[in-house]
Amino acid sequence: MRTAFIQTLIECARADGRIWLLVGDLGYSVVEPFRQEFPDRFINVGVAEQNMTGIATGLALSGKVVFTYSIANFPTLRCLEQVRNDVCYHNANVKIVAVGGGLAYGAQGMTHHATEDLAIMRTMPNMTVVAPGDPIEAVLATRAIAKWPGPCYLRLGKAGEPIVHETSPDFQIGKAIVVREGSDVTLIATGGILYNTVQAAERLAQQGIQAKVLSMHTLKPLDTEAVLAAVQQTKAIITVEEHSIIGGLGSAVVEALTVLDCGGASLKMLGLPDAFCKEIGGQEYLKHINGLSVEGICDVVSHFYKSLGAKICRSS
Amino acid sequence: MNERYNSNKSLALQIRRHVLYMTHRANASHVGSCLSIADLLAALYDGVLHVDPARPDWADRDRFILSKGHGCAAVYAVLAEQGFFPKEWLETYCQDGGKLAGHITSHGIPGVEVSTGSLGHGLAIGCGMAIAGKRDGQDYRVFVLLSDGECDEGSTWEAALFAPHHHLDNLIAIVDYNKIQSFGTVKEVLDLEPLAGKWRAFGWAVQEINGHDFGQIDDALKRVPFKIAQPSCIIAHTIKGKGVSFMENQLAWHYKSPDDEQLRQALAELGVSE
Repeated sequence: MRTAFIQTLIECARADGRIWLLVGDLGYSVVEPFRQEFPDRFINVGVAEQNMTGIATGLALSGKVVFTYSIANFPTLRCLEQVRNDVCYHNANVKIVAVGGGLAYGAQGMTHHATEDLAIMRTMPNMTVVAPGDPIEAVLATRAIAKWPGPCYLRLGKAGEPIVHETSPDFQIGKAIVVREGSDVTLIATGGILYNTVQAAERLAQQGIQAKVLSMHTLKPLDTEAVLAAVQQTKAIITVEEHSIIGGLGSAVVEALTVLDCGGASLKMLGLPDAFCKEIGGQEYLKHINGLSVEGICDVVSHFYKSLGAKICRSS
Repeated sequence: MNERYNSNKSLALQIRRHVLYMTHRANASHVGSCLSIADLLAALYDGVLHVDPARPDWADRDRFILSKGHGCAAVYAVLAEQGFFPKEWLETYCQDGGKLAGHITSHGIPGVEVSTGSLGHGLAIGCGMAIAGKRDGQDYRVFVLLSDGECDEGSTWEAALFAPHHHLDNLIAIVDYNKIQSFGTVKEVLDLEPLAGKWRAFGWAVQEINGHDFGQIDDALKRVPFKIAQPSCIIAHTIKGKGVSFMENQLAWHYKSPDDEQLRQALAELGVSE
């Protein structure tokens, strides 16, 4: 996803002279082409994320569209107050990009697991939160946020994520993408876990459960219409995220359900427990341990669906 | 020069008068922090900053950032005196439904560039504005007024490292070195000395001045940048609560607001009518 991001950002920067890129001394073998082509619109600020975010605000208040780029929690939590007071309060045109969303940095350990970022970024007033599901969505998301006014958070995976979309989907900030149709349950995924979710849906079909899959690439503003449609058209919703079970996609969907007039819904939230990873291992291993492998998702959905049984009765 | 001295002095007096009334009316804190920067602000807004109250968003204007956002009453006062907004707004300082918050806010307030309040944010934002100006070939300058307590923040020194590396000679940091921070003297809490040496070591061209001597303030502000390709740092030795005998050098006046009698006495000392 990071390669898709930087190539797209270069494409955007060719068309829009306001676009700058700031990095916190990270981006080796990724951001060099941008620096090469736009040396006057690139700064490596050093290992200083608070400063990077403050500088980005100063540039944005001077008319620039500024992307800040670092890994995991460095461009968000390390400088959270600058994100809140400087970027968000001033509604500054700063786009915060984190590489390594979720468990992408696997065996590097818990400092490099971005597993609370969506919850925290989502609570910031004025912030738009986007987590593309595959490299195709990463391209489309980058183009979209480059034109989207105000603060944005773009949560990327890392490198080598499988492609989910066979053709380029219609991508709009705040509009979920229907990746797969199905009439029994709706699986809503955000970020790179979309691939596993789609794979799980294929397996569920073999068991006779038809799962609709939504890529909820924008957590904020949330596509509440898509949530409402899921409640009305299928028997249950299962949210899937590579993020703490607290405050992310599942919570956003629940928040939406509390204000939607949908007459109740059956919902299950899949995510990471409220705990630091105790195990060491790669992203797939850690996902497996936390029930987010294809099999893990499949099993939970299958049991949940069956437990609903004939008792499912929704008021329309 | 005499004329300018008188003009600065008169503006500083108005700032102090407004600050006393504003903090009194709102029962607000930070009067000491406002009084220590009154003379610096008067000199800045009366003849140094290229700003225009009729065009607060003029692209080529000099930028002024109050990084010590708690000193905002003094900035609101000077902006009102210079005609950026009506003086009546000052009466709404920290009032229910008012326009002016107790830490500086730019929202809806002409002349305020940036909202601050948490320390250690302003210099980085100033760096961003300064490097934008440099790379866009614009001539504006960026002045950032910091507190001494704010020099405890690591983020201040991140920005202090950045500016010389990028040769931001359009950036001027002014440190209001009144020697008293939130919970004690700077010496007791976290000694900054040698403060000028620290800024020099980071690559800034530094000048120390008496922050209440209009001649020295004016001289320093008019000579920036002190060196080509280097950011300038003015360490202004000031007195917290300057101008009101019972507030000077008193930690308590970081928090207290003058009551009726104290207001009367303070105004009398300044020689202004109620």
